[in-house]
Amino acid sequence: MLNRRHFLTGTAAVAATGALAACAKTNNTTSASSTGGAAKTLTLGFSQVGSESGWRAANTQSVKDAAAAAGINLKFSDAEQKQENQIAAIRSYIQQKVDVISFSPVVVTGWDTVLQEAKAAKIPVILTDRSVDVSDPSLYVTLIGSDFEAEGERAAHLMEHVLQGHTGPVNLAQLEGTTGSAPAIDRTKGFAKVMAASDPTWKIVVTQTGNFTRDGGKQVMAAFLQSHPEINALFAQNDDMALGAIQAIEAAGKKPGVDIKIVSCDGVHDGFVAMTQGKINAIAECNPLLGPQLMDAAKQVAAGKTDLPKWIKTKESDFTQDQAAAALPTRKY
Amino acid sequence: MTNLDWRAATRHRLFWPVAVLVALLLINVPFTPGFFAIHVRAGHLYGSLVNILIFSAPIVLVALGMTLVIATGGIDLSVGAVLAIAGAASCLYISKETDQNSLSGVLIAVAIGLGAGLVCGAWNGWLVAGRGVQPIVATLILMVAGRGVAQLITSGQIITINSNTPFGVIGGYWLGFPFSVLLIAVMVTLAVVLTRRTALGLLIESVGGNAEASRLVGIRARRIKLMAYIFCGLCAALAGLINSSNLSAADSNNAGLWIELDAILAVVIGGTSLLGGRFYLGGTVIGALIIETLQNTIFTIGVPTQTNLVFKAVMVIFVFLLQSPAFRAKVFRRRARPSAPAVADAAPPATLTTSEVGR
Repeated sequence: MLNRRHFLTGTAAVAATGALAACAKTNNTTSASSTGGAAKTLTLGFSQVGSESGWRAANTQSVKDAAAAAGINLKFSDAEQKQENQIAAIRSYIQQKVDVISFSPVVVTGWDTVLQEAKAAKIPVILTDRSVDVSDPSLYVTLIGSDFEAEGERAAHLMEHVLQGHTGPVNLAQLEGTTGSAPAIDRTKGFAKVMAASDPTWKIVVTQTGNFTRDGGKQVMAAFLQSHPEINALFAQNDDMALGAIQAIEAAGKKPGVDIKIVSCDGVHDGFVAMTQGKINAIAECNPLLGPQLMDAAKQVAAGKTDLPKWIKTKESDFTQDQAAAALPTRKY
Repeated sequence: MTNLDWRAATRHRLFWPVAVLVALLLINVPFTPGFFAIHVRAGHLYGSLVNILIFSAPIVLVALGMTLVIATGGIDLSVGAVLAIAGAASCLYISKETDQNSLSGVLIAVAIGLGAGLVCGAWNGWLVAGRGVQPIVATLILMVAGRGVAQLITSGQIITINSNTPFGVIGGYWLGFPFSVLLIAVMVTLAVVLTRRTALGLLIESVGGNAEASRLVGIRARRIKLMAYIFCGLCAALAGLINSSNLSAADSNNAGLWIELDAILAVVIGGTSLLGGRFYLGGTVIGALIIETLQNTIFTIGVPTQTNLVFKAVMVIFVFLLQSPAFRAKVFRRRARPSAPAVADAAPPATLTTSEVGR
């Protein structure tokens, strides 16, 4: 039924689509031409994970803006959630002899070979947002990113703050992020650690992954409300799951933020809107705007500074309902 | 029920899928107080079963379209992307409206979403029927590129719209009744009437069995295939509208992600052959309900998150084994062996087995 010509047409079409997509995704943002000409412009090759969320979009924008402001020549590429794309991007940066390579690793393992190549070419590597698991820690200079475990702990302390004056048992539900992802693992760990030391009548009665999406948060919460009607507090590991859960809680005829206290992580714009409406009680921010810190580190590394801390933590804050209205207009993501 | 009636019932195509669905529902009972109860809360129907029906709407619709495509011997991998495109396009239009409550605006948004589905389906159909590209390759193009298009529409952001608008009714409640369930009922009835009360179903099966032979006897095989892909695109778009209306948001990165695999699974559980030439719409609906109920069961019985997928996989394998006449014959005959008459009883199903497997 299938003849060769048609198969070739199909293959060519797929290849063309792939090529188009690749073209669209790789663009060089030559941000600032060197003005004086005395100092050589620093070139930074940056490989982003993908464009999976508003958080990530803000992260990308921050890196691009900060590069423009710092007069750094940024070569940006999007790995579209695939490690092989990211490795290819890093190899191409090595060939182009950029001054510094930076990337947000898609996954934790499998980086030894390509990072050895970068080291052999004497190009320093800075990780952003997520860490890697390598045999030799000298393969990268530093990691600029959030401390997810601390975020879980901060969320737990916010929960304690929200529940101040509450009498009777607290039955917590938890919506976890994508199973196996670093933020999901570490936020669960941090939250559980603080909760274990907290009031013994406070229990996490049910926990399940909502895949960091609104749809997931809504479906899981709807099922929780059926099987555990006693739930009166919720920790959602990101705002989107909290927003989905809010809809499920409202459909069950309960008032989010009142009948069920809600604390979440991230601090995206829609999360803040829900907080101003009193539907989310508190948010532990996870800041994607690490561009300026990355450019600072890149400049220091290029200047030959080798004693940077192994982990530069991003600056983050906690927000409660009374701060929500004031903070909302300044939210960039 | 006499032994004979019982045997006749178990041989019905839908018996095992329905049995699995009922078993899954029963598993929930000890974990969820009042699992089968349906109340009126906040002015609409509320209960576990209502939740399952509402959340299963996108899968049922996508699987419905997928059934007809698979019946023609094809497959459509792009449904998830089409779902995302339709949701994104409609939500973008609504979010740009000054008055999100205007009924005409909502109708235009719905038309835009469904129109996008039609175009996507027609593109797939043209590639497969018109150009003769292999279905898996042809629809893979839109699966990859389509999600990119959806991200382009929303600029990679999640578009949030107001929830208490006429658009919110599509995935929400109408006079207290879940509207998406009505939509499914209409679409399923439409598909059943069109394919089983007219010759269309026979023609589809004929094209799926042997497209060239069908063409030679005067069936317009290409047009039938094209129509199947367009219907599938339309179903996916409608699922996208339901999904984004239910969430009051369009999330182009995650909406309908991997739903094509769930839909194919639902079709196969329903008894439709992936080789084409035979399809069972009722089975597909049951299959989709099984998948959503399984998902709900995972949430309520407290399966640890790390073992979610393993649990799902084991259940699916179990369902497939139960549905395999060869497997059933083997297991049940061995069980029945101690009593002599039972062995004699089991003999006819064994002959049936070969014919069922061979088809």
